Amino acid sequence: MANPNKAKAESGVMRWVDDRFPATQMMQDHLTKYYAPKNFNFLYLFGVLALLVLINQILTGVWLTMSYNPSAEGAFDSIEYIMRDVEWGWLIRYLHTTGASAFFVVIYMHMFRALMYGSYKAPRELVWIFGMTIYLALMAEAFMGYLLPWGQMSYWGAQVIISLFSAIPGIGPDLAQWVRGDYLISGITLNRFFALHVVALPIVILALVVLHIIALHEVGSNNPDGVDIKQKKDETGKPLDGIAFHPYYTVKDLVGIAIFLFVFCIVVFYFPEGGGYFIEKPNFEPANPLVTPDHIAPVWYFTPFYAILRAITFSLFGLDAKFLGVVFMGGAIAILFVLPWLDRSPVRSMRYKGWISRTMLALFCISFVILGILGVLPSTEGRTLLAQACTAMYFAFFLLMPIYTRLEKTKPVPERVTG
Amino acid sequence: MKKQLFALLFALLPITAFAAGGASVPHSMDPDLTNQESLQNGMQLYVNYCMGCHSMEHQRFARSAEDIGIPQDLVEENLIFSPDLAFNDQMQIAMHGEDGESWFGVAPPDLSLMSRLRGTDYIYSYLLGFYRDPGQPLGVNNTVLEASAMPNVLEPLQGVQEMVCAETDQPVEGQSPDPLSGKYQSCDVLKVTQEGAMDPDEFEEAIYDLTNFLAYAGEPSKLQAQALAPKVLIFIIIFGVVAYFLKREYWRDVH
Repeated sequence: MANPNKAKAESGVMRWVDDRFPATQMMQDHLTKYYAPKNFNFLYLFGVLALLVLINQILTGVWLTMSYNPSAEGAFDSIEYIMRDVEWGWLIRYLHTTGASAFFVVIYMHMFRALMYGSYKAPRELVWIFGMTIYLALMAEAFMGYLLPWGQMSYWGAQVIISLFSAIPGIGPDLAQWVRGDYLISGITLNRFFALHVVALPIVILALVVLHIIALHEVGSNNPDGVDIKQKKDETGKPLDGIAFHPYYTVKDLVGIAIFLFVFCIVVFYFPEGGGYFIEKPNFEPANPLVTPDHIAPVWYFTPFYAILRAITFSLFGLDAKFLGVVFMGGAIAILFVLPWLDRSPVRSMRYKGWISRTMLALFCISFVILGILGVLPSTEGRTLLAQACTAMYFAFFLLMPIYTRLEKTKPVPERVTG
Repeated sequence: MKKQLFALLFALLPITAFAAGGASVPHSMDPDLTNQESLQNGMQLYVNYCMGCHSMEHQRFARSAEDIGIPQDLVEENLIFSPDLAFNDQMQIAMHGEDGESWFGVAPPDLSLMSRLRGTDYIYSYLLGFYRDPGQPLGVNNTVLEASAMPNVLEPLQGVQEMVCAETDQPVEGQSPDPLSGKYQSCDVLKVTQEGAMDPDEFEEAIYDLTNFLAYAGEPSKLQAQALAPKVLIFIIIFGVVAYFLKREYWRDVH
């Protein structure tokens, strides 16, 4: 039954639509009467940018699919066909490859923002969990997409990652074979990764993005002060510190989008290989199952987790090092899901948390970056030691959080946002 | 805090770039895609000296000709040798990979993407790095790629290059330079001992042109990208400025 209190247009076509579909109501709920805190800083831009990059990936992806040949025999050649013979093919492809890296840049900034201002804390636990699930799906999406050019690094990168499954005791080798669909990475693997990359995972990601935004709009956006703006409302029920998302944040985001696009386009046009980090050099050679590259490094956005995997060089509790590495790597991502329940601080924002929280966040970020760098480099004894220290720091940030967030002295949170 | 993070990141970047390199590459070479004369000469050298064995199967004659300014009739008369190939065809070769393998031990690789796979420094240094070595099956070795299977097809141009003991400007490990001349003594010096059709400077220039052409062929879209980029960036700047003033106007009533 339709809710009689729904907002509807007075007359005209819009009224006709509103009688059948809650267009005006939805517009108000999510844009014109969605009140966001007025004190967002630049870190609040990255959600919109993630959406922008997602749209870019979908559009360029659709056009790439039109000329791409998902077979072991034709994949590599079809990429060069796109690069040379398809009109604007080079631009479409570079927008897609650069977009993949840009996606992770903006997502990491978006997650950093959440850590800074406690955006995962009640009542936004589901916003955080949906977000983390998007991140997980995105990693799968990026990993499978990376196989499609069928270059040497595509092939051997996938080989290394899929072989991780075989470290699972008992079912491991069978599981890895089931994922590959073959005894080694082959055209069969390529075909299924193609299906998952262009059909299954994009649907999952889009659905999760909708859930993420619905959950966010249900509870309202957090802000750099971590103040709940819904506590103070004017007589019409509009939060005193809130401003309508549209037009205020839509026009503000346009400025941020312009800045982002400027940087993004400089990379697309002048440095599409990203110094060998966005498109790795060995990928200019077709996949060859008989020749292993000298040094296999995953793409930069996976390297922190890859470094954690490699840091585990010892056996523990009867589990061998390789499996333990997989457990730690999985754990590094899994632990993020329970973050809302690890943080016991009475305040949300880092602005009002104590020095321990600030130090821990800083050390966590430094460890994450160092792990990312180590993951690109071949391992040496010293680097492994450093990776182990950073891995310990990574986990300490989360595992000790229930203790230090409760112990430390917090500053008083203002009643209203501080601008 | 964040600044320090970035500082650390950038401090470590050169290390990673360095670690990515492998072989010793003595020369560096910066491609110049705006130099059409060089690219034309490079294509002519490529077709005449390399394309007997190395295909460029992703690149078309027509595309190269158009991009680097060679008229179609000149290409058809002088650069397409096979009656099976037309102007619009890809730069294929008649030699079969299996034949290459049985003749040289390894099939000569396709060179469409070699400049992106190995980099232009590598190609340039490799092509300058051949020297006589009777110990090798083909009587020739290479300083960049030890025991390379490729015969020195450019010897008629370069002349005979040999590795000799001589003075050099390049620092030698574990040796201090001569106090008078500032030079080092080395037995790894390459020297042309028998003149070819070109003198060493001409030959280096020819190799530059050839490498330049390979750089172009690795990514022909770079020409289009460089032509389009300023327009796109200027548009984004104008868009950004308009958006900024629009934002300022709307936000006037936010206090």
